[in-house]
Amino acid sequence: MSRAAANRAKPDPHIEYLLRLADSPLILGQRLSEWCGHAPVLEEDLALANTALDLIGQARLLLTHAGAQEGAGRDEDQLAFLRSEREFRSCTLVELPNGDFARTVLRNFLFSAYQLPLWEGLLASRDAQLAAIAAKSLKEARYHLRHAADWVVRLGAGTEESHRRMHAALDYLWPFTAELFAGDAVEEAAAAAGVGVTGSSLQTRWEATVLPVLQEAGLSAPARTPFLSQGKLGVHSEHMGHLLAEMQTMQRAYPGARW
Amino acid sequence: MDRNEWPLWEVFIRSRSGLDHKHCGSLHAPDARMALQNARDIYTRRMEGVSIWVVRSDQIHASDPEAKPEMFDPAEDKIYRHPTFYKLPPEVDHM
Repeated sequence: MSRAAANRAKPDPHIEYLLRLADSPLILGQRLSEWCGHAPVLEEDLALANTALDLIGQARLLLTHAGAQEGAGRDEDQLAFLRSEREFRSCTLVELPNGDFARTVLRNFLFSAYQLPLWEGLLASRDAQLAAIAAKSLKEARYHLRHAADWVVRLGAGTEESHRRMHAALDYLWPFTAELFAGDAVEEAAAAAGVGVTGSSLQTRWEATVLPVLQEAGLSAPARTPFLSQGKLGVHSEHMGHLLAEMQTMQRAYPGARW
Repeated sequence: MDRNEWPLWEVFIRSRSGLDHKHCGSLHAPDARMALQNARDIYTRRMEGVSIWVVRSDQIHASDPEAKPEMFDPAEDKIYRHPTFYKLPPEVDHM
């Protein structure tokens, strides 16, 4: 067995952890890109595209780093465009369809509120490259959060219609946030090695960010249920395959194509 | 406020090396807070600025283009208003 194949056969928790960090922003960036040219106003169109590009930028750095750590010669493009659905480690939350504008901004809000303590925690990572990526991404997450939180309050406390839509979005997305904080061996190992942080350690900070905004918006978080999505373990929803088909079509049709 | 149309705002950006905010365009937003965020997303994507001002376009009072002759033409032949006829003492070189 070649070294590359051997490396791929036995998942290294460090690489596995980096892929989780990389894949969620990649997939959310892809989702947000779908808004390009379709947002309710031109100004918001640019704002969503900016957010999408920030997220894809984070993913590029992390995938490049993961590929280098893996040492099997895979670069960012190969990891993004040539892995199959089950190999993606993104949380299920980010692959769900955009829905309406309310759901889109609410997801950005929930996700950026999660990325904030995540990047803060990773500033102290023993993986120096990861710490540097966290420092850059933290500023971006702060802005994403600010922009999205603003919209959550505007729509939640807006008209009857906007409130109804925001509440429907919250009911739809909320169950998928449990996965963000569900720990497992990969995260424990990354945390034990001083490389990463466990999802469970982020929940208190996340709630401290999210709940006051929901309250200001006149929204109440649904009760937690036992439902636990498994995207970061590679088990995705029915929406992921369609998303990847679109995202990967160029590399599948023209392998190795470059801009 | 008209519920269907956000008001127009004028955007002024101060660049990294600049001392003054320069007008760079306009945008629509329901209030100042979002006008600033939109300005950030539209006009500072390529590191154009370090500070943003926004002002409601309807708060700007403009001179009447029709009044151009009496407003600006009289300055045309007052060349002595330019400080080019004075000999500067060497201590204040490059004024």
